[in-house]
Amino acid sequence: MKPMNEKSDVKTIKKRAPKTDDDKWVLRLYVAGHSPKALTAFANLKKICEEQLEGKYSIEVIDLLLNPQRGMEDQILALPTLVRKLPVPVRKIIGDLSNTDRVLVGLDLLQVG
Amino acid sequence: MKRTEHSLPRATLLKSPTGIQGFDEITAGGLPAGRPTLVCGSAGCGKTLFGMEFLVRGATLYNEPGVFMSFEETNEELIKNVASLGFNLENLIEQKKIVLDHVHIERSEIEETGEYDLEGLFIRLGYAIDSIGAKRVVLDTIESLFAGLPNQLILRAELRRLFRWIKDKGVTAIITGERGEETLTRQGLEEYVSDCVIMLDHRVTEQTSTRRLRVVKYRGSLHGTNEYPFLIDETGFSVLPITSLGLEHIVSSERISSGISELDKMLEGKGYYRGSTVLVSGTAGVGKTSLAAHFAEAACKRGERVLYFCFEESPNQLMRNMRSVGIKLEPWVQKGLLQFQATRPTFYGLEMHLAVTHKAVNTFKPDIVIMDPINTFILGDKEYEVKTMLMRIVDFLKGNQITALFTSLTSTESALESSDVGISSLIDTWLLLRDIELNGERNRGMYVLKSRGMANSNQIREFILTDKGVKLREVYIGSSGVLTGSARLAQEAHESAGLLKRQHEIERKKRELERKRIVMEAQVAALHAEFKADVSEALKNIETEQDTINLQKNDRINMAVSRKSFVEKSNKKKHIKL
Repeated sequence: MKPMNEKSDVKTIKKRAPKTDDDKWVLRLYVAGHSPKALTAFANLKKICEEQLEGKYSIEVIDLLLNPQRGMEDQILALPTLVRKLPVPVRKIIGDLSNTDRVLVGLDLLQVG
Repeated sequence: MKRTEHSLPRATLLKSPTGIQGFDEITAGGLPAGRPTLVCGSAGCGKTLFGMEFLVRGATLYNEPGVFMSFEETNEELIKNVASLGFNLENLIEQKKIVLDHVHIERSEIEETGEYDLEGLFIRLGYAIDSIGAKRVVLDTIESLFAGLPNQLILRAELRRLFRWIKDKGVTAIITGERGEETLTRQGLEEYVSDCVIMLDHRVTEQTSTRRLRVVKYRGSLHGTNEYPFLIDETGFSVLPITSLGLEHIVSSERISSGISELDKMLEGKGYYRGSTVLVSGTAGVGKTSLAAHFAEAACKRGERVLYFCFEESPNQLMRNMRSVGIKLEPWVQKGLLQFQATRPTFYGLEMHLAVTHKAVNTFKPDIVIMDPINTFILGDKEYEVKTMLMRIVDFLKGNQITALFTSLTSTESALESSDVGISSLIDTWLLLRDIELNGERNRGMYVLKSRGMANSNQIREFILTDKGVKLREVYIGSSGVLTGSARLAQEAHESAGLLKRQHEIERKKRELERKRIVMEAQVAALHAEFKADVSEALKNIETEQDTINLQKNDRINMAVSRKSFVEKSNKKKHIKL
């Protein structure tokens, strides 16, 4: 089961990967200070992006403890939250991003099934 | 040591006044300050509004800014919805008195990928609180989170932390919750918020709905435990702490006219006591409303304010009908001294009626309240409930020194003395109107069944509706019973005829006497005349006799002289002998 899935993963990624430089991925990671969850989430995100979107992404980390008003825009309740601003539609992924498959599904990099 | 430290703050539990009419009275000051309160109830029972009014009143009356965090309605919707209750939220937001924050969660947009917490919500709320220095917070309805976030374990743990955090923040919070099947709230929020729980209810019985509020629990404070009816209208929420009233009314000995001078005469010539409760009961069409209208008119003439609740007629119909008996109410309505409140009894539930009455009385501030008629309430509800409602109304009105006049329709089957609604014991002055059927006609009789604190007349008076209003006449009470109407008129005619006859008789007797006197006098005169005549006759006879005697004597002397039979001396002797 698992190997098959991984195979198809690669396929999908290729199909869905950004085609041009303009088609850049804009990601925002909302965290609260340097909590263990925040650090884990950032590390996980970095890893996934490097693997899947090499050079075609930007990550903005927003610390709500420092800029609380910024949480309004994306209706942030749970922390950490990853928001895919571009490409549209906006997607939200909550948690420390430790479940890679779910992150990929959430980012629309992987189609379930 | 520890115990003493704790007992001090507990003894003085700080309260945060809600500014909601009546609510602060039943909770002895409001919600627990610096603690969360759970307000639960089914859909449409007014939870959001309760929270919103708490914030608005706090911002406007107590200078305590507030944050409204809405998980359901958007800010625009909220502003619009509460504008209908007279709250101008936009203004308050501009003045930084209130912050609206709409939290939007879309389940489909969210993917869960591991450990998380709700720190974002805390930060957001904390930011909103700090931005205006809020003292009050409303979370409406936080249960929406359960629909938006999949992991219930995390959510429950975070909610517990949230309420703890709110306490630590020292803000007074209202958390609303949807009512569950078996529990107070669907998600069991009462587990987390345990300081104060308020339940709102919207119940429909016999097609009439009533909103009720109950303080389920309030740690560290006394509170009213009853279900209190409440209203939501153009001025917001109002809860009625009616059952908290006792029997400690101020009593006035001032008297006010009933508007009918003959009736006043029956009540020691002065009328009702101010602040007393008057019941006018009677069968259909005996003139209860006319009596009430008289009272209203008289009060308006004195410059007092009258609030007239009519439950059967529209104000216009009532005024027209009263015009026909010479009572003009329109001018007083125009002057603003008289106000009509016309509602069908079935329009609301009893509690709502009570609430409406309270509100109307509090706004209009009348001196006199008339309810016409009270027994129509029974149509919709149980007798016991009607009684308690009327008792509350009576208590409330008495407490405000308002004179109340109720009318009550008595069915012909039951005893007249038993008022349908069983409130006779609450009544100070009870006027009973009854019809008296006699000789094929139906007339009205009235008497004072009781009147506390005065020596009232015990007579039955005939009650007549004329084009100049109500007139009371003494009825004829004779050997054949009470006579009214034409029988009374006939009796009166009969009596006056008798009187006339008697007067004639006296006249005749007087004349007879006079005649007799004249006759007597004539007879006396005649006797006098006769006596006179007799006297003169007798004198005449006496004279004649004397003359005769003298004559005879002279003759004898003459004869003796001629005979020269005696000397002069013996003459004398002889004369004496003779």
